[in-house]
Amino acid sequence: MPAFRVAKKEEGEEGGEFQLIEEEGIPPWHRDEPLSIVGQAYPRLEGREKVTGGARYASDVRLPGQLYARVLRSPHPHARIRRLDLSCAEAAPGVHAVLSRQNAPEMEWYEDGQLFASTLRFVGDEVAVVAAESEELAADALRLIDVEYEPLPFATTIDAALAPDAPKIHDDGNIAGEPKTYERGDPEAGLRQADVVIEATYETQCALHNALEAHGCTASWEGDSLALWASTQSVFAVREEVAEKLRLPVHRVRVIKQHMGGGFGAKQISWKQDVFASLLSKEAGRPVQLMLDREAENLAAGNRNPTRQRLQLGARRDGTLTAIVVQIEQAVGAHRTGGEASNVSGMYQTLYRCPNVRTEQTAVYTNTGPAVAFRAPGHVEAAFALEQAMDDLARKLEIDPVELRRRNYSDRDQLEDKPFTLPEGLQLSYDRVTEAFGWDARAKPPAAGSKRRGFGFAAHDWSAGTGHPPGYAWINLNADGSAQVITGTQDIGTGTRTGLAQIAAEELGLPLDRISLLLGDTAVGPYSPVSSGSATQATIGPAIRAAGADLKKQLLEVASALLEVSAMRLSVEEGRILVDGDAARSVAVTEITSKIAPSMLQGRGARGPNPEDKIVRTFGAQCAEIEVDVETGEVTVLRVVTSHDCGRIVNPKLVES
Amino acid sequence: MHLPVTLSVNGRKHPIMVEPRRTLLDALRHDLGLTGTKKVCDQGNCGACTVVVDGRAMYSCLLLAIDCGDRQITSIEGLADGNALDPLQDAFIQHDAFQCGYCTSGQLMSLHALLETKSNPSDDDILRAVTGNICRCGAYQNILAAGRQAADELAQASVQSE
Repeated sequence: MPAFRVAKKEEGEEGGEFQLIEEEGIPPWHRDEPLSIVGQAYPRLEGREKVTGGARYASDVRLPGQLYARVLRSPHPHARIRRLDLSCAEAAPGVHAVLSRQNAPEMEWYEDGQLFASTLRFVGDEVAVVAAESEELAADALRLIDVEYEPLPFATTIDAALAPDAPKIHDDGNIAGEPKTYERGDPEAGLRQADVVIEATYETQCALHNALEAHGCTASWEGDSLALWASTQSVFAVREEVAEKLRLPVHRVRVIKQHMGGGFGAKQISWKQDVFASLLSKEAGRPVQLMLDREAENLAAGNRNPTRQRLQLGARRDGTLTAIVVQIEQAVGAHRTGGEASNVSGMYQTLYRCPNVRTEQTAVYTNTGPAVAFRAPGHVEAAFALEQAMDDLARKLEIDPVELRRRNYSDRDQLEDKPFTLPEGLQLSYDRVTEAFGWDARAKPPAAGSKRRGFGFAAHDWSAGTGHPPGYAWINLNADGSAQVITGTQDIGTGTRTGLAQIAAEELGLPLDRISLLLGDTAVGPYSPVSSGSATQATIGPAIRAAGADLKKQLLEVASALLEVSAMRLSVEEGRILVDGDAARSVAVTEITSKIAPSMLQGRGARGPNPEDKIVRTFGAQCAEIEVDVETGEVTVLRVVTSHDCGRIVNPKLVES
Repeated sequence: MHLPVTLSVNGRKHPIMVEPRRTLLDALRHDLGLTGTKKVCDQGNCGACTVVVDGRAMYSCLLLAIDCGDRQITSIEGLADGNALDPLQDAFIQHDAFQCGYCTSGQLMSLHALLETKSNPSDDDILRAVTGNICRCGAYQNILAAGRQAADELAQASVQSE
């Protein structure tokens, strides 16, 4: 393991106060670095499993004696449980365990909730769970549970929850936490200086992830140790959460995830079913699988928060923005999950150069399922509003919408006053998308009957590339010259296995078919963060490179001793160790590894923190052409062209997908 | 109450006892251990559970296992010929016609049913074949391209063999 130093972290970062930073990090590959494996369009390494039905997902786990669980859910948006009788369900055929607030251990959940609460706050809120010998028998048992509900007044929309006489969803009201406010400059003065002010209110709707594989897991105990096959974006998040909730040391919880049928953000946290399955399995003494059904998946497994955004844009006649002011309300549902991460304010603060900005973001409780991150949480909602307002502003000023954006270009982060990693990134997106679309030559055809054409433009930024450091990887080099990359990250369907294997092969100088990845298992791999925020490859890729460099160094030291050549003169390419200036002495890697077997080499690597002098940010821009039937309201999307700053493309085939 | 039924799946006979309400999908996944066929909506909306029954692509969540005793069923596990992948499977890998892979079995079986019955399908035929199969990752363009390639390869092969 390379030497490390202990450094203090910036305030507000997750986890402890300090971090370990490896002293000898390797610099990123230079833009023009000639690479032979990274950058190639290899098909997915797990392709064969996926086209033959052989890929095992959480829902496919089958263990001896396995039971199946179902959840009884509230039919009311807001209700108190007056009476709960489980006796018939407990006596039903094939039932092995029933849990509710009557017999489950008390467990805090969400901010002020319980695993099983007496007050139910959304349709789909959990009342009881049953484990039986089949899904059908578990469903039968649910029907035998006798519940008397006392329905309470409810509020399911932002308006209803903020009305003066709104029913209280939580004891302290319907505002979730303190509003998040941000201000720079003097927004009021900025509005006064403006020649033109756009005022508009935008609403974005709730959206459901509906990953094809539902949330769920299979739990199995061996003595005091629990194994969980979970459909999750973070095996480590599930491990920490379940261990904490069940009061187990983390080494007694093993979380496994090999393949996952989509998550889209909704599986970045651990949900109640992980604990339900674990408790039921303990109670029944048998493995328990709990996969949500489609209805539950829609009601109680997360959603993109609806928002209302009231905004003002002030600009001078030449298009220069003088003020951006926005008030945002977002419906977080009945509880804050901690994984909603919907920073709607962010893009208002960063996308355009503007000295005077105020954002105010208020989270509102509603009697609906809890919100959770959903593909670029916050940014999708903000882009919808801000970018329409920018187009309105362009129209009002009679400036081309792209030109307006160019006039307000920011090449640095205005929150921290540091340059972006690729300051011209958004500029390049503008250039390429407008060229590919033919933006400057666009022309509306004359109105034909009730059909009208229109063009739209939008930009965005996103934190892709920042990764979620730290993250770790090890690489074992076997006697036969094959290498096993071991990391605790997971492939959530994005092609992580393939991209990471390419990075390992590139760094090690081994052919791709000599690399295999062990991932998605907390008992096997070292810590890796959640796969969210476009962060997996950006976190674990560098860790694997570092491990590869460490391993290669060791390999060359051994080769140096065996070949009696200075290690400085040695390199690895395509599975061979080359001697600088003496081609005849080159040997296969296996000649070295087999000579020292069973002694083995292991490289270790970590992903260090992001650079301190820059802000990692990526950008994109899109042009759209649509047709609207002004009589029927039918909208037809004719053409969308988009240009994204992808950073280094590890595998173009995966990017094009 | 369990009733006997013998399911013929991928050329093999499986005598099992099932409750009359058990769907073909659950019988495949639980009684036969063939988990390649996926349960997603369980109500005939998404196509993830598609298998080929007597030559037609069908949603296995809308069929009862006990009704399938005298029918010939092919599931994703029966598509390859031993280790040799079907041209459709090869085309899916080459065109990256999936990300998470959860809809893939259904997509493949829908296209397989088409290619078994129609030797030279049009692009529209291919589109229609998978119109009942949802892909949440958005691999649609690649799925259509893969279907096209496999159809062309099979057409070519049949010309050569004539």
